[in-house]
Amino acid sequence: MSYESELLRLCESDPRIVVMTAETRAAIRNLPDILGPRFLDVGICEMTMVGMAAGLALRGRIPVIHALATFLTLRAFEFIRTDVGIARLPVKLIGAVPGFLSDGNGPTHQALEDVALMRGIPGMSVVCPADEEELVAALPDIIRMPGPVYVRYNARPAAVQHQRPYAIGEGEVLATGDDVTLLTYGLLVEEAARACGILEAQGYGVTLINLRTLAPLDAALILRWARATKLVVTIEDHFRIGGLSSMVTETLFAARVQTPVLAISMDERWFHPALLPDVLAHEGFDGPQLAERVRAAIGGDAWRTASA
Amino acid sequence: MNEFADLEARALRVREHIIRMAGGGGCFIGASLSCADLLVYLYSRVLRVAPDAIAAPERDYLLLSKGHDVPALYGVLAECGFFPVERLRNHLRTNDSLYWHPNRSIPGVEFHSGSLGHLLSVGMGIATDIKLAGADNRVFVITGDGELNEGSMWEAMLVASAKKLDNLVMIVDRNELQANVRTEELIPLEPLAPRLETFGFQTATLDGHSFDAMQRAFREPGDGRPRAFIAKTVRGKGLPSIEARADRWFVKFRDDEVEALLEELHGRSAAAITSEALQVR
Repeated sequence: MSYESELLRLCESDPRIVVMTAETRAAIRNLPDILGPRFLDVGICEMTMVGMAAGLALRGRIPVIHALATFLTLRAFEFIRTDVGIARLPVKLIGAVPGFLSDGNGPTHQALEDVALMRGIPGMSVVCPADEEELVAALPDIIRMPGPVYVRYNARPAAVQHQRPYAIGEGEVLATGDDVTLLTYGLLVEEAARACGILEAQGYGVTLINLRTLAPLDAALILRWARATKLVVTIEDHFRIGGLSSMVTETLFAARVQTPVLAISMDERWFHPALLPDVLAHEGFDGPQLAERVRAAIGGDAWRTASA
Repeated sequence: MNEFADLEARALRVREHIIRMAGGGGCFIGASLSCADLLVYLYSRVLRVAPDAIAAPERDYLLLSKGHDVPALYGVLAECGFFPVERLRNHLRTNDSLYWHPNRSIPGVEFHSGSLGHLLSVGMGIATDIKLAGADNRVFVITGDGELNEGSMWEAMLVASAKKLDNLVMIVDRNELQANVRTEELIPLEPLAPRLETFGFQTATLDGHSFDAMQRAFREPGDGRPRAFIAKTVRGKGLPSIEARADRWFVKFRDDEVEALLEELHGRSAAAITSEALQVR
């Protein structure tokens, strides 16, 4: 099941849904002919698209709106915050090629602050599927939720063998161990799973959590594993400020949990544009390099021995 | 018999409300006075919306995109029975939500605004849904002329034209003043009518203080394009002591000045105003 076919299925069962785009059609190429007037391409006008989506929602519609994640969350930010956010309207914002998925486009296209911006809007949910399987599984709930939702669109092939049914606000525990907790979301679940395997093979006890949604955040799950392990690592293709590392340190500090946190993120810079596998390798985000960065942080063999 | 006598009386009461709201914590009095007659006319003679059916799907919508003139809307809604006139005394009180920009908790207010350049596109979303439903209600969006500095307005106009939103009516409150200076001295808008025409709007210009002119303009049939009306107005209309003065953007008057302005409104004596405009933008 693809994102497009699932969205079409939902449109056919719920006449309130309208599909909009600011001329970003890659994921919904077949829908214009099928949906007719319920498909609305406004051209390269992100602000107008968001404003119109708010108006449609005021009339009882559920607009599912598509644009590149950068242009949607940055160009139209004030429209999202002011028109959709203040009124808490059920507009579903689908941000394409977020984070590393912008490949070789360059910094103009790198959405590395989208999570920080969207989670800063009261009432906004932030959904970050690890692959198309999760994206499709989440879509009915995304539509059904009464408020606005931002989706970090990711329709890549299955990242891992998923362990439990998708549920908004519930993280997925993919491995358990008592040395280190890896927290991640979206595209990097796959690489984090590779890192997890490498670390386990080296004798470390690794808990791997695919958070799936960042707002609401599964704080209970994070705290439980932060208390049960000696180090928490956040892995994300996002700026350190305002992303998962910020959320996790806020969560731990508020609960007086003092487990150290290693943030693996983009720090004060954009990534070097290239094809995705090369970006991962160059920026140190492929499985082996992630494993090495984690291993270095937990102090190598000394700690493993002490904890064994 | 003046066929607009009831509207003129209503407009006078609305102006009294606006002046009283400019006492206490103050308000954007000039812009409120410039669009007061337009709002009185629209709510009295044009809009299909009633206080007992404010959520009816078949109603006409009015969106105040330049939200800072909301005292005029508060006054008109109160005078038209959407909420008790006494409630206007709650302006800026924490026990109510009548503040400097509109919000949906006030009966009859369709959407919040305050940030300029937003409600044309929001109105287009409403208009789009109305067309999807096959209905014939209309969406009126009041914009300021200074608001046309915002690129989002022109972007939205392009899309409104492309989507053939013939149920969309944009009314520009053309008082020729923006916050601090004359529009034509800062970012000239003229020739405005041909510009709106080239953006795909069926455009007409009218006197925004003449009910007769409004009646004639709003009775003209549409030709299938979205519509724009350029309402030529005077900021501060009704109060010669502040009319068209660029420094009377946001004013907080003393109680004695409020009384003097009410006298001036009724043509009894000119008001001597010494309160200075606040620097809010």
